[in-house]
Amino acid sequence: MRFQLTEEQRALRDTVRQLLVRRFDDEALRAAVEAPVLDRGLWRELGAAGFFALRLPEADGGVGLGPAEAVLAFEEAGRALLPGPLLATHLAAGAVPGAADGSVVVAAVDGSGLVEWLTQADVVRGDAHGAVPLRSVDPLTPLHRVPEAAGAAVVTGVRGATRPPGAKGSRTPPHAEPAPLGAADPTAVLLTAAEQLGSAARICELAVQHARTRTQFGRPIGAFQAVQHLCAQMLVRVEVARAAVYAAAVTADPVDIAAARLLADEAAVRGARDCLQVHGGMGFTWEAEVHLHLKRAWVRTHRAGGGTESEELLAQDLSTGVDGHGAGLRTR
Amino acid sequence: MDLSYTPEEEDFRERLREWLGKVLPTLPPKPSPDDWPARRAYDLGWQRMLYDAGYADVHWDASPTMRLIFLEETEKAGAPYVGANFVGLLHAGPTIAAEGTAGQRARWLPPILRGEEVWCQGFSEPDAGSDLAALRTRARRDGDDYVVSGSKIWTSHAEVADWCELLVRTDPEAPRHRGITWLAMPMDAPGITVRPLRTLAGSAEFAEVFLDDVRVPIANRVGDENDGWRVTMVTLSFERGTAFVGEVVACRRVLGELARQARANGRWDDPVLRRRLGRLNAEFRALWRLTQWNVSEAEASGRVPGVGGSVFKLRYSHARQELYDAAADVLGTESLDLDRPWVLDRLSSLSYTIAAGTSQIQHSIVAERILGLPKGR
Repeated sequence: MRFQLTEEQRALRDTVRQLLVRRFDDEALRAAVEAPVLDRGLWRELGAAGFFALRLPEADGGVGLGPAEAVLAFEEAGRALLPGPLLATHLAAGAVPGAADGSVVVAAVDGSGLVEWLTQADVVRGDAHGAVPLRSVDPLTPLHRVPEAAGAAVVTGVRGATRPPGAKGSRTPPHAEPAPLGAADPTAVLLTAAEQLGSAARICELAVQHARTRTQFGRPIGAFQAVQHLCAQMLVRVEVARAAVYAAAVTADPVDIAAARLLADEAAVRGARDCLQVHGGMGFTWEAEVHLHLKRAWVRTHRAGGGTESEELLAQDLSTGVDGHGAGLRTR
Repeated sequence: MDLSYTPEEEDFRERLREWLGKVLPTLPPKPSPDDWPARRAYDLGWQRMLYDAGYADVHWDASPTMRLIFLEETEKAGAPYVGANFVGLLHAGPTIAAEGTAGQRARWLPPILRGEEVWCQGFSEPDAGSDLAALRTRARRDGDDYVVSGSKIWTSHAEVADWCELLVRTDPEAPRHRGITWLAMPMDAPGITVRPLRTLAGSAEFAEVFLDDVRVPIANRVGDENDGWRVTMVTLSFERGTAFVGEVVACRRVLGELARQARANGRWDDPVLRRRLGRLNAEFRALWRLTQWNVSEAEASGRVPGVGGSVFKLRYSHARQELYDAAADVLGTESLDLDRPWVLDRLSSLSYTIAAGTSQIQHSIVAERILGLPKGR
């Protein structure tokens, strides 16, 4: 058993991290918050780096890697708060021409009835007719709601457009393919969990940085146990979620993936709340990065079925598990 | 990242399963929890069987992954726990192996492996719990002996132990951590009084040990005089991430049983309870993965996970309490009946966030030693 990152996986993680540090720094993040327009140059660069084609077989022009590598890439994206329909485009690689190399931006109707980045996309998967914009809680994720799809477990999309794609003046992109983000798509759940994990790890670092440098009562606030323990709890949630997400990437078992999702959602949402608390008044400001992580984490908790569905799947597993043990006591 | 085991590891698992299948049916019935001599005999008998089959030193010499497999399979098969052999196998023994002289190793280690001698631990004191270095039990030299006076607490198996790994203060003038010495005290020495301590679960799981001018030969000192703190810390994380393997496996089994019980009594139809059990499934699956992660790390680095163990323990001890609270909700009013399954386990689980470093201490360890926050106050 070697349940650790391989040299190659470390290298891949570092490469993605460096690319994002270089191409999506603090300044770019600020600019994106004020004007959420997709940076197509960055999108193509991500495509060129293999972000979208990572799991596509080499024979189909992809990178030919597996879910574990995709998880590491999405973890970095979550860490950097990288905006855009990353998941929908990644899942469209090989199915929608141009998705793999980043020349085409793909959005998708989620099982929740929400569509991220609809108006900026070139192609939308699923039936987005009648989609109305929301005033999105996350300034970095424009959202539309498809009224008739809301709450439906699976969106039955229509192949091809049923009305002229992008009628003149309209920013609604053409439709293609049935919705890939049905409630039960385990890959969507897994990669969303990976983004949550990256965000959770980042906000833990932000909290620790702040606790080390912010001085009150003549000492860094990180010297107070009340603050220390908040930070320690953040790290515990991150490490537990990390083990769950990485293992789910290795086994690709939907029950493992459901578990990963619950723990990653918890690490990201509760972590962001605690990080905000550690930042005190500054945490409540628009300027601090914390609220962006919290809001994005909230958006992600609603993707692909949400936590309730994962809890139900894990409950079912308890009574159907291997050799009556429930909880799948497999050796792997 | 790979979760599969090597052919060698799978072979080890297979042979162990076969052996367990053969020997477990031959075990005598489990003794009553209140019958200490019978518990001692039972636990030592099990260790002897392990010794004869070549598994006695799995805690000492096997790779972390082999140890993980050993603990996983013995738990799944329902084999006895380490029980009275705990301190000998997992603390005093490894300490003697690392810091003892050749003569000390030859005297004390073989009887531990063969299941002949029981060790207990005399570390904590009434006024030295989380702050262990505040210990005050005094040892003065007199001829070839130390003369020891003081009291120890939370000592498991004291009633039936042959030896006690004892921390004493040999230099009260020195800085706290520098005046402590590690001694092996024979439990039949005159001047030792053992008073059983009843837990909230009703049983006497540990004891207070009073020491009144107890003579311990200087030859029983492991390591140098006043170097006992370091000697103790060398093996504190000896188990290398495998401390809770059996327990996580057991918790997952309990969770499956809870689901069946809930289906039987209709509580499964309550979506709040059902999803709570689903969430606990996620929790214990993740804790199992974190165990595999820590073991792989120990295997790859050859080092102990050290403070990483604090991360695991924090989450696990809390999860175990949540598990038995959920069990109580599955049971309803039956959770008030001590004869129902899980009710005593629920009471026992209350110690998990206290024993072996309270959650508050563990949080501080994580904050200061992993996250690098300034020393707290």
